[in-house]
Amino acid sequence: MTAFSRLLSGAAIGLAVAVTGGAAFAETPANMLVIANRIDDITTLDPAQSFEFAGADVIRNVYGKLVNFDPLDLEAGYQPDLAESWEVSEDKKTITFTMRDGVTFHSGNPVTAKDAEFSLRRAVILNKTPAFILSQFGFTPENVEETIVADGNTLTIKTDKPYATSFVLNCLTATIGSIVDMKEVMAHEQDGDMGNTWLATNSAGSGAYKVQSWKPNESVTMTSNPDFYLGAPAMERVIVRHVQESASQRLLLERGDIDIARNLNPEDIAGITGVDGVKIEEELKGRLMYAALNGKHPVLSKPKVKQAFKYLVDYEGMRDSFLNGQYTIHQNFLPQTYLGSVKENPFSLDIEKAKALLEEAGVPEGFEFEVGVREAQERIEIAQSMQNQLSQVGIKMNITLGTAAQILARYRARELDMYIGAWGPDYPDPQTNAGTFAYNPDNSDEAGATGLLAWRTAWDTGGLTAKTEAAVVEGDTEKRAQMYRDIQAEFREISPFVIMFQQIEQSAQRENVTDFSTGQAITAASYWQVTK
Amino acid sequence: MALSDNTGERRIGAPFAAFALGSLRTLASVAVTMLGLLFVTFVIGRVMPIDPVLAIVGERASQSTYDAVYEQLGLDKPLIVQFLYYLGDVLRGDFGISTLNARPVAEDILRVFPATLELATLGVIMGVVLGVPLGVVAAVKRGSWVDQVARVVALVGYSMPIFWLGLIGLLIFYGILGWVGGPGRLDIFYVDIVPQVTGMILVDSALAGDWAVFRNAFSHLILPASLLGYYSLAYISRMTRSFMLEQLSAEYVTTARVKGMSEWDVVWRHAFRNIRVQLITVIALSYAGLLEGSVLTEIIFSWPGIGSYITTALLAADMNAVLGGTVVVGLVFILLNIFSDLLYKVFDPRAK
Repeated sequence: MTAFSRLLSGAAIGLAVAVTGGAAFAETPANMLVIANRIDDITTLDPAQSFEFAGADVIRNVYGKLVNFDPLDLEAGYQPDLAESWEVSEDKKTITFTMRDGVTFHSGNPVTAKDAEFSLRRAVILNKTPAFILSQFGFTPENVEETIVADGNTLTIKTDKPYATSFVLNCLTATIGSIVDMKEVMAHEQDGDMGNTWLATNSAGSGAYKVQSWKPNESVTMTSNPDFYLGAPAMERVIVRHVQESASQRLLLERGDIDIARNLNPEDIAGITGVDGVKIEEELKGRLMYAALNGKHPVLSKPKVKQAFKYLVDYEGMRDSFLNGQYTIHQNFLPQTYLGSVKENPFSLDIEKAKALLEEAGVPEGFEFEVGVREAQERIEIAQSMQNQLSQVGIKMNITLGTAAQILARYRARELDMYIGAWGPDYPDPQTNAGTFAYNPDNSDEAGATGLLAWRTAWDTGGLTAKTEAAVVEGDTEKRAQMYRDIQAEFREISPFVIMFQQIEQSAQRENVTDFSTGQAITAASYWQVTK
Repeated sequence: MALSDNTGERRIGAPFAAFALGSLRTLASVAVTMLGLLFVTFVIGRVMPIDPVLAIVGERASQSTYDAVYEQLGLDKPLIVQFLYYLGDVLRGDFGISTLNARPVAEDILRVFPATLELATLGVIMGVVLGVPLGVVAAVKRGSWVDQVARVVALVGYSMPIFWLGLIGLLIFYGILGWVGGPGRLDIFYVDIVPQVTGMILVDSALAGDWAVFRNAFSHLILPASLLGYYSLAYISRMTRSFMLEQLSAEYVTTARVKGMSEWDVVWRHAFRNIRVQLITVIALSYAGLLEGSVLTEIIFSWPGIGSYITTALLAADMNAVLGGTVVVGLVFILLNIFSDLLYKVFDPRAK
């Protein structure tokens, strides 16, 4: 939908509700949670493969992990879950987990160290998209039999370097760290797929919920696990319905046919604010909105030009207009709430300063270049706003629109002069972003490190690569945090990345819903603690 | 005697042979059309500047993951070989696996197409039942207030954005009055109650004799179907009007009137009879258009139909799903074409 149509529909609904005093109202049952969300991104429910937001929401509620986050105290960091405790060896390369007794899977099978061994090995062997989260510790399909080993009720993992324990454990809280029911999964194996096909649409976990059905683009229905080791959840059934349109979500919420609407646009949030029986909750998410300048471009690669671009963004203007309430200004690669995150945002729109910098760079008369943007409303609007500011200093920015796959392919091939897009962290550890924004050990085309944003922008990060490597093996958590703060201070000044915003998720809820958590920046949504 | 016997045999055999030949010809043309459709869609899908591997593994995957999927998709083989493999699978009824949700595309289509079929059928019935009489009356009473009203109705139908009308409809009839169900095919309490036979909930619930589900499904269906019905009404009524005007100015109508035939007979038994063939084309086209799936209507009403299925698949470069969806839509067009050809023969003696 265009901005115009969004405005039109928001205005129409607002007007009609105002005139008539709103709708008669129904209510969902007290033991059922109904959520409207966009779930067309779910491609599979296998935790070894799932890598999408809506899929992560389901899996977080269905599977236990060795360590996990408490939805009511996310700030506390990772906590024991299926592993009751763990010990780290002196050389910091071995972690031994002791499994919690008395926890069972939905099938009734007990959760054992063997299941944990199977789950982690399986994820490495299947080598699906999120496998890199585990394989970065040196686990390979060939060595998992030595590096991930169960013995009695303990599980031992051996990493190739003495990584910070916080780094390893944070990664195990990711979706791929989910512990699956080995017996159940292997009973459904087809052609040596380790149950991958079956788990795509079924579940075999020990978490608070089990998947009853997943109808693509329609709904996911979960039923509670009465034997959940933390206690049976109050919500016996959770239904997540795919409702694409913000205005439709709003109507459903106002009518009381759903309890939570997760994708309301700013117009609908404004319209529903203050409505009886509805509340708005805000949580910072991990997604960053940024622009990246290609180091292969003769002009965009100049240090002064890179700096000038950071002064040619109307951060406040965008935040207060079309991004209203959905993004906050953030100019660093670690999202707020991450270990080592900082709140310094030194750049603001300053045309004169940008002009001076461009003059120093030897391009006072401006130049022309191409930016690639995928067809998503807010990204297009950001591009248009930048285009407008750039034109004031004589720079002509041509916007190329395309589907996500088209634009991404060119970005990965280092073909775009500039890219405007979003980046979300893969796991709740600073390395997830430091390792992509500030790390690029080989900037040659042959290196083909398409996963690294620094490589995609053809930026040799210089000393930051070594600093990132050092931070990831620093055992002292406070020292480690300081190292990331230092890296970001340098990064802000010299990098070709114009980081602009961090996402805020505004979820509109019926007033009787309590303790719903979207998982903030570090994890996915959880339902087991919700009451009505 | 012997000669006349022979002739008799030929007389019985000839229509049968003609019918068989005609059917064969139709089948052959369907096959060639489908083959062409498949080939063109396949080639477009492969030459699009979209990396299908990237669409599956996402931007974070390692090179080894990427390479594994590349091979799995058979992208290392020449295009024509890929197409032949695909064709072989399609002939076995296998449209491949959707990269978007890891399910067989055929299974997905069986799920989404009945949703669209139910919606489109009810929509086109409304369009025909209201649109045809409106068009006829507007033509007969040309220039009268009825004609003006019909004109305005059609104009609004043509020019109003469907998302706007849809939202306003939802707001009034669901949000404020609470007369109809909201977005989605059923209220959550009624989901998965009746066994799926046809995938069309109205039919399935009627077969199961579960009238509570039937009523609920109808309350969800009526608004989007009316919306689609309104759009086809606008088109059908305008076309009916212009066809009728042409007939009413013909000499045989004047003759009939001069002979003292009643106006009802003139309009319905003479003029209308002669526009039936043209109307069939209009209605079939209108129905086919609705069966492609109305993406915006489906989005606003959270209706899991084939329109939004193909759109989502396209945006995600899920080529198996796009191809599967295209084949189904193509088939719908061809079948409707054949069906309207058959109807021509019933209504128009010259076409026999």
